[in-house]
Amino acid sequence: MLRFVLRRMALVLPSLLGLLIVTFLLIHAVPSDPAAALAGDAATPEQIARLRQQYGFDSPIHEQFFRYLDKVAHLDFGESAFSHRPVTLDIAQRLPATLELTFCALALSVFIGVPLGVLAALNHNAWPDYVLRAVSVLGIAMAAFWVAIMLQLLFSMQLGWLPLRGELTSTMAQPPRVTGFLVIDCLIDGRWDAFVDALQHLALPAVTLSLGGLATIVRFTRAGVLDTLQQDFVFYERAMGYRWLRLVWIFVLRNSVTATVTQIGLLFGGLIAGGVVVEAIFDWPGIGSYTVQAILTGDRQVMLAVTLLVGTVYAAVNILVDLVHGLLDPRLMEQE
Amino acid sequence: MRPILRKLSRDLPAMLGLAIVVFVLLLAIFGPLIAPYPEDAASSHLTRRLRPPSADYLFGTDNLGRDIFSRVILGARGALSIALTVVTVAMLIGVPLGLVAGFRRGWLSETIMRVTDVVLAIPQLVLALALAQLMSPSLETAMLALSLTYWPFFTRIVYAETRRLSASMFVDALRGVGAGTGRIVFLHILPNSISPVIVRATIGLGFTILVAAVLGFLGMGATPPAPDWGLTIAESRVYLPKAWWYVTFPGLAILITVMGFNLLGDGLRDLVDPRIRRSR
Repeated sequence: MLRFVLRRMALVLPSLLGLLIVTFLLIHAVPSDPAAALAGDAATPEQIARLRQQYGFDSPIHEQFFRYLDKVAHLDFGESAFSHRPVTLDIAQRLPATLELTFCALALSVFIGVPLGVLAALNHNAWPDYVLRAVSVLGIAMAAFWVAIMLQLLFSMQLGWLPLRGELTSTMAQPPRVTGFLVIDCLIDGRWDAFVDALQHLALPAVTLSLGGLATIVRFTRAGVLDTLQQDFVFYERAMGYRWLRLVWIFVLRNSVTATVTQIGLLFGGLIAGGVVVEAIFDWPGIGSYTVQAILTGDRQVMLAVTLLVGTVYAAVNILVDLVHGLLDPRLMEQE
Repeated sequence: MRPILRKLSRDLPAMLGLAIVVFVLLLAIFGPLIAPYPEDAASSHLTRRLRPPSADYLFGTDNLGRDIFSRVILGARGALSIALTVVTVAMLIGVPLGLVAGFRRGWLSETIMRVTDVVLAIPQLVLALALAQLMSPSLETAMLALSLTYWPFFTRIVYAETRRLSASMFVDALRGVGAGTGRIVFLHILPNSISPVIVRATIGLGFTILVAAVLGFLGMGATPPAPDWGLTIAESRVYLPKAWWYVTFPGLAILITVMGFNLLGDGLRDLVDPRIRRSR
């Protein structure tokens, strides 16, 4: 078990190093002068030269790379040109909001998607299957930013059921920050009204973000269950008189979700990327809206830090997926 | 070829996808001839701003009085040409790299596949956004950024196919009769590994239209007054909730086009990959 985990981690290390190199090249292969960009339009040549020296843009490239590695190791990503605060601090403050949104979306996709996928497989080539297949085809093809706006249009602007944007109604007092997850903080503070308000704010962005994943999960679960249902052990256990639903939910599902777990891992990356736009539309105070702001203002330090963060999270999720695979199918661990 | 086509024609979703793709392709080619107000790509008519859908303006008009129906039709050309360019460039980078990495052993192959893994490990949208921003945003840089982030998918596929094929008997036989490496790779391995590439490219076209729309929406792609679908949706936000038609129809255009490519791609995959059990 431990060996399995360590091996997986070792496999990820070259990818992380590559990520560092790619991000470094991204910043340095650009033909524009970073010092001039930092100094702003009104800077004199002397100021630019001083900045260049201060940031070490004039030293040889390998020295710059090692300085860059050193900074990354200390989680020092400099200052955001927009908020004038250390990027690391900004990210730490905004990360919980993004995690909250991502996990809610992921939970929605999984807890709705897996049962629907099983339902489709059990009704193979009957109407629930057709409906679900059509819906999942649509779900994958929808542009999240469009869905977000359409949902805002319908539920916030026309019906007035849910808030348009943000994390909490602005007139409502923020609960003290304990975990950083607003919904949980409201509960810790015992503020029932704020909790409900926060959930209402969470609803539309989470639903928007979950749709693409939901479609993928329905699809893969359905295919997996269909495959498993054709195996001999299912036939045998049915003949032995196992209750059908129990058989499906326990034995068939466990043997069918390997592909789905892989998809959930891949989805995580997609969710973070999709969250960029969805957060921006709903004014969600997380990493995504921070990224969009950085992109629109050309804030390189922020873009660099976010790319590294996302890449690292993605690698971590991949290890996790392998682990879950190993737990679901212990044969995999023994092969190593 | 004939039995394959017959099989495809029995696959209803795939045929629907094909129909949509052909339809959008026709719109892209003949758009200016089909659109009722082709001049609305650029010109504005301030006297008829934000009219709801009617017989004259099927999808209504936008904030500059332009016919949205015409602009949605005219937008097809931009969307398809971005997608075709991006996928072609990505294939031109990815396929040769996959061939080299798959056929050669040693450090070169290792390096290529490591780089591929690294690029794949960053979500495409984030990387494309970062690249597009660094290269100063425009339609060209958006396309370049998307190509530079999409090639690894092709490298992965071609690598796997090449590895599989170069271990097969017929390659040994070819070597035995004295065929050179170039001949084996280009005349035998490449044609044999092309079908999964075509499947990926078809799905990639739809995917690229989706990501390009995001770039357009964020103002990192097409620039006004281009009738770009993503850009139009971004422009429409100020006029909500009054002008619901402004945001609805360009989004539907994206949805239908992407769905067409996905359905066609899925159908093609079922055809060329008999290893996947047909569980439809």
